[in-house]
Amino acid sequence: MSLRLGIDVGGTNTDAVILDESGTLLAKAKRPTTPDVTSGIRNVLQAVLERADGQAIDRRDIRQAMLGTTHCTNAIVERKGLSSVAILRIGAPASLAIPPLADWPEDLVEKLQAHAEIVEGGHEFDGREIVPLNERAILDFAHRVKGVRAIAVTGIFAPVSDAHEKRAEELLREVLGEDVSISLSSQIGSVGLLERENATILNAALTDVAIRATQAFSDALAEAHIEAEKFFAQNDGTLMRLDYALRYPILTVASGPTNSLRGAAYLTGRSDAVVIDVGGTTSDIGVLLNGFPRESSIAVEIGGVRTNFRMPDLISMGLGGGTMVIGEAHRIRVGPESVGYRLTSESRIFGGRVLTMSDIAVRSGRASFGDPERVADVAESLCVSALQSAHDMLADGLDRMKTSAAGVPVIAVGGGSFLIPDEMVGASEVLRPENSDVANAIGAAIAQVSGEVDRIFSLEQRGRQAVLDEAKQQAIDAAVQAGADASAVQIIEVEEIPLAYLPGNAARIRVKAAGPLASLTAAQTAAGQGAER
Amino acid sequence: MAFRIGIEDLRDIAVGATFLGTGGGGDPYIGRLMAETAIRDNGPITVLEMSDLTDDMWIVPSAMMGAPTVMLEKIPNGSEMIDAFERLRARTGQTISATMPIEAGGINSMIPLAVAARLGLPVVDADGMGRAFPELQMVSFSLHGISATPMILVDERRQQVSLDTMNNTWTEALSRTATMVMGGSSSIALYLMTGAQVRAYSVPHSLSHARHIGERWRACKSLDEPMERLIEALGAYRLFDGKIVDLLRRTVAGFARGEVAMEGMGRDQGHGMRLDFQNENLVAVRDGEVVASVPDLICVLDQDSLLPVTTEGLRYGRRVTVIGLPCAPVWRTPVGIRNVGPRYFGYDVDYIPIEMRYGHEPATRY
Repeated sequence: MSLRLGIDVGGTNTDAVILDESGTLLAKAKRPTTPDVTSGIRNVLQAVLERADGQAIDRRDIRQAMLGTTHCTNAIVERKGLSSVAILRIGAPASLAIPPLADWPEDLVEKLQAHAEIVEGGHEFDGREIVPLNERAILDFAHRVKGVRAIAVTGIFAPVSDAHEKRAEELLREVLGEDVSISLSSQIGSVGLLERENATILNAALTDVAIRATQAFSDALAEAHIEAEKFFAQNDGTLMRLDYALRYPILTVASGPTNSLRGAAYLTGRSDAVVIDVGGTTSDIGVLLNGFPRESSIAVEIGGVRTNFRMPDLISMGLGGGTMVIGEAHRIRVGPESVGYRLTSESRIFGGRVLTMSDIAVRSGRASFGDPERVADVAESLCVSALQSAHDMLADGLDRMKTSAAGVPVIAVGGGSFLIPDEMVGASEVLRPENSDVANAIGAAIAQVSGEVDRIFSLEQRGRQAVLDEAKQQAIDAAVQAGADASAVQIIEVEEIPLAYLPGNAARIRVKAAGPLASLTAAQTAAGQGAER
Repeated sequence: MAFRIGIEDLRDIAVGATFLGTGGGGDPYIGRLMAETAIRDNGPITVLEMSDLTDDMWIVPSAMMGAPTVMLEKIPNGSEMIDAFERLRARTGQTISATMPIEAGGINSMIPLAVAARLGLPVVDADGMGRAFPELQMVSFSLHGISATPMILVDERRQQVSLDTMNNTWTEALSRTATMVMGGSSSIALYLMTGAQVRAYSVPHSLSHARHIGERWRACKSLDEPMERLIEALGAYRLFDGKIVDLLRRTVAGFARGEVAMEGMGRDQGHGMRLDFQNENLVAVRDGEVVASVPDLICVLDQDSLLPVTTEGLRYGRRVTVIGLPCAPVWRTPVGIRNVGPRYFGYDVDYIPIEMRYGHEPATRY
């Protein structure tokens, strides 16, 4: 028996699931997220193991534990617990026109009190050196920043060649030893110097947050006597090992929506669909392509800082189970106000005085919870118009996300998914998977390992196909190196954008590959062989 | 009357420049931060109107050349133009009194502002295109016989290339190759002109026009029916409301060509539009009929943000409104159409001004 534990820390709830090797859900639990995050994880872990115990699941069989968490996002947004950072940009004489931290919110700049220098070096888009690396300047920088907790190193065109960043790391280590944490931009972001540098600085600032988060996760598991390989979920729906999460915590930011979408794919077995996640206050609509979220093409801001992370392309609307219904039958308004987490005290079915969409759903027989007697007086016509408004909002959202006029499968998930009708404009069918309330934690539990290449390639000498093949191989190698099973890695995304205004046929090519964890398939194979014997 | 531009004006100008970029010209973001940094270090910029120019002033437009994707990564040094202007001064023996944009759209709307702040020079409220175009001879100055050379290209290493050529088409070819060798981007100073020439041959008011568009955008986006309000405020033609359903890109001779297909929504339900682009948006075809073409401006606006989408940012599923704006009058002359009309870009289409295609003036005109 080899089991997987998935935990997802969301804004409202912390969820946990245990899956067996065939992916069957054995136990699930949900507890409120706590301000310190850690006790919420501890609580939900205890709860899910109790359920598991009831079904005679041996916790020693849990081999992998995956955590999707808001630790890092919260730290940046709340500006709390951030480490001292020194910033090294390798790029002079280029890039001096815009210094590091140029477009940052002032309160965050003050918080970091970062020392920043730009030294000579960096690369051209084709891998040539802009100028040779100034090693002397890096050693001087290292002496000046002694005592700093973390260093963010960003070289121009590091996604094309990381040679100067790697050499800078060696030089910094010579002076500062192993105590300082060093973040290299080539490991973190793609083309776009300022956005990548920003993400690298944020990453460095998260050094101590990452230590606390990984420690909390390890401690919670140890207390529960679980000895499992530990992983963190990344924003692209894939996993990284604990040691990697310690070095690159920024990559855990916003794993929640991705996990929800991936969980929905898993629960329905569909790889291409629109997922509507209706919560207490909002509905999020995202799109699955080949089992992964469609990504946004717009630069994402984290805590007011522009980054070039690719986040799932989501639209969010103010409609959920706690959304207030205001007015009379012919002139009703649905939301956007919501009672939110106070649903169980303020809504009518729970004895409160506010009419919410949950009350409407219970009154019309769409859902059954709370006390239906308390909404018996609500007029049927009012229910019809409220549900129609909700449907119109969701159908409009669905239409915004679809890419063709034909109907698409819709996967309904989340605690408020009873608001999604069975027949929906624009939907070919509405799927309601079991256990959709813990789709996020399932998404974390089933996450894969990925590798990505995003750089500018010259198509001149070798031709387009040879270059694409090379990029694909690089992505596959990166995935295998990150721990994916080499025999099961697949290319999941290829994007090619020719460079405008440049002769010589250069293109920016982005390829992503992903596959299941090598250790997991090994365990499955072993289990399979065991069964045969 | 001369006026001043400070950091607070840059956002509006950058938004306006995205409209005037008509899908190309590169994201003004990097340029805006360069100008912001330069103004923070050196103070606000003086902007000269046409009436402020004296005949004997010497004015040098400044710009960047190359791939915007490269500029996003290899940001300039910031002092390239000090070298270039010094070189031009030494060559011609003329003191340079001001700089100006050659292009009102995209990143090149911002570069002269950064240069002006850094060098302590004023900038002229005019440009050579009134929009963005892909090649450096596609400027109003060129139509009037002004030579782009002596032209100075400088890279961040302060390496310089000085060009003296037969004509501006040669200048374009030679300078683009030099830019490639420099790593895909360069800073350029070209089209040295007197105040009298700038007054006679440039497209006036481009900076204030960009700022006006940015201000209107900012004001409209919080109103009810913001798209309608914005279109009215800009005096634009609404060409199509729809959703991007197909996208084809290919690189031909170094230029990113492509076409995007849209399916109608709302008032255009049941209709379709195809938009051809080569860095910039060039020809809009509704139900098989051309409704707008270069040199008029075609902008694809995101329906949520009301901001123009660049040709590099086009993607499936996006809900957009396509609008058209009349180009500067200089491009509607026979020589203008020959140089930048649809046939120059390889489309077998006659240029018909957008007002004539629609048979009326837009609601209001700026």
